[in-house]
Amino acid sequence: MSHPENAAEFLKDAQKSKWHDETLWFVRDKRDKVSKRIPEWEQLRELASGIKDNVLANLANYLEEFERKATKNGIIVHWAADSEEHNRLVLEILQKHNCTAVVKSKSILTEECHLNPYLEKQGIEVVDTDLGERIVQFLNQPPSHIVLPAIHLKKKEISELFHEKLQTEKGNEDPAYLTQAARVHLREKFFGAKVAITGVNFGIAETGEFVVCTNEGNADMGVHLADVHIACMGIEKILPRRKDLGVFLRLLARSATGQPITNYNSHFRSPSPGKEIHIILVDNGRTAQLAREKFRNSLKCIRCGACMNTCPIYRRSGGFSYNSTVPGPIGSILSPGLDLKKHSSLPFASTLCGSCTDVCPVKINIHEQLYEWRQEVTKTQGDFAKGLSMKLANGIFKSPLAYKISGSLMRNVLKSLPNSLIYHPLNVWGKNRNLPDAPKESFQQWYQKNRS
Amino acid sequence: MNSREKILSAIRSLSLEPKTLPDIPNFSNSGNLVERFTQSISDNKGEVVTKSEFDAWFSAAGFSKVISLSSQFAELATLPLPEDPHDLESLEVAILDGQFGVAENGAIWLEDTQLGLRALPFATEHLVIVLDRNLLENTMHQGYEKIATAHSGFGLFLAGPSKTADIEQSLVIGAQGARSLRVVLV
Repeated sequence: MSHPENAAEFLKDAQKSKWHDETLWFVRDKRDKVSKRIPEWEQLRELASGIKDNVLANLANYLEEFERKATKNGIIVHWAADSEEHNRLVLEILQKHNCTAVVKSKSILTEECHLNPYLEKQGIEVVDTDLGERIVQFLNQPPSHIVLPAIHLKKKEISELFHEKLQTEKGNEDPAYLTQAARVHLREKFFGAKVAITGVNFGIAETGEFVVCTNEGNADMGVHLADVHIACMGIEKILPRRKDLGVFLRLLARSATGQPITNYNSHFRSPSPGKEIHIILVDNGRTAQLAREKFRNSLKCIRCGACMNTCPIYRRSGGFSYNSTVPGPIGSILSPGLDLKKHSSLPFASTLCGSCTDVCPVKINIHEQLYEWRQEVTKTQGDFAKGLSMKLANGIFKSPLAYKISGSLMRNVLKSLPNSLIYHPLNVWGKNRNLPDAPKESFQQWYQKNRS
Repeated sequence: MNSREKILSAIRSLSLEPKTLPDIPNFSNSGNLVERFTQSISDNKGEVVTKSEFDAWFSAAGFSKVISLSSQFAELATLPLPEDPHDLESLEVAILDGQFGVAENGAIWLEDTQLGLRALPFATEHLVIVLDRNLLENTMHQGYEKIATAHSGFGLFLAGPSKTADIEQSLVIGAQGARSLRVVLV
């Protein structure tokens, strides 16, 4: 289904979609307030963007340096060209340790690779341990937002779900009560797991360490209790120096949720005695995106979700309408690179207002890339109706006489035309929009009467 | 060709124009460090307390399972540090020394030497960090300058208790990790 079709589905529940819109705007507002307390905020964005430019231009060397240092630190480094290889590598590590149940903290990359269904097919139980992710996992849904996975759900729905899955009291919708039930459930899983999987926020070439940020502490609960830690990292997550983290950690949480920092920022450099850390460096389309000059910048993304919270389309259409692992504006420039045909409606899921670009902490020109992707989409699959109307308009605007006649024709005809013709399915702009009343005279007529 | 070579050669075949790695200025803000740190911890839903406030809370609560790795509060320990982190399941309080704190966001730096077991600050019900008030840095930039060459297998900027807002954006303290954070400034 295309984005407009999915969005129409989301908008059927008017009350819930209004709540969704307002809640995300509230998060955007928090981001504004907290960023304005930092006088050097714009300089930090500039720096972050510049550091990422350097990384993308020198990626192969940084990856090799990271591998060398990490290996020296006792971390086992793997490389995966695509999602299949990534999933296979994870499975091999699990099998080596006779592990049939894993705990996993938030990782958009493993969502992108569809790791959970792959492991489940092999008989392995995967428990997502971020509360929002556990909620959507219980519902067999993907996250609808990369930072707020269950933002599309109301507490009534979560209460019903937990009553069924965790035997909470029927009708108790208190978030503190429900979170406590999840805490008991998840802590039991943490204390029982032999292998823990996490994503990676940043990998540092200089030191061979990597950083994972959470507020719940779920990544750390998992990995420090398990014998084996598997970290899955997209190759673009590299930073050159440890001190670059100063820039990025100042930007990340402020942009994401309006907090000055996430409560837990863990730096993994080498395993505890007797334990193992594996890191899988994953390409899965990233080198292809690096080769596309116009879209290369999209690889700077640090997955804060600020562009989603601010986007008037995302807020009013919900994460699922994008049908893409990363939804929202950034997803709409990343996903077409993975599968242009499947995601062809996403570059159009935007007003091109540019708000995404304005809030992006690494200054990705998101709205310009959306516009560029539109050109790519139209090249491969032209829009017949729009093409026809544009040709017609071209003829009218070229001839002053045709323009004059058509104007007066439209003013008269619009009054008497039946709605079925004006709001014809071919006219997508007629959906949920009303035409203004046609003026009695043209501007030219008005001018001649009043000013000449 | 294996995947490693495939990825690296795909990148190198693009022969991208080099871009200079920018220098990071030493940004710092004015203001009283202790006040700002205290405010930051409070914003993160932790609490900065004096030694006497801590003593009052601790003795009133009457905890029976306490691990203390802080030299100043060694006598409060009722349990030794176990070898297996799984033995931390019912731990009530962990008391640790922090290396330094960052005023702009309340982040406190801890390494393996302070943690004993990496799971300790997460698995415990309540976390207490003892911090020297003279060891506060302005921003994260000064923080990273301080640990530039330090080498620890694990390091952590910890800024508050475990928290979540995943249910309708209602903030709940005590998600999966510690339910509270008290920072004793000495």
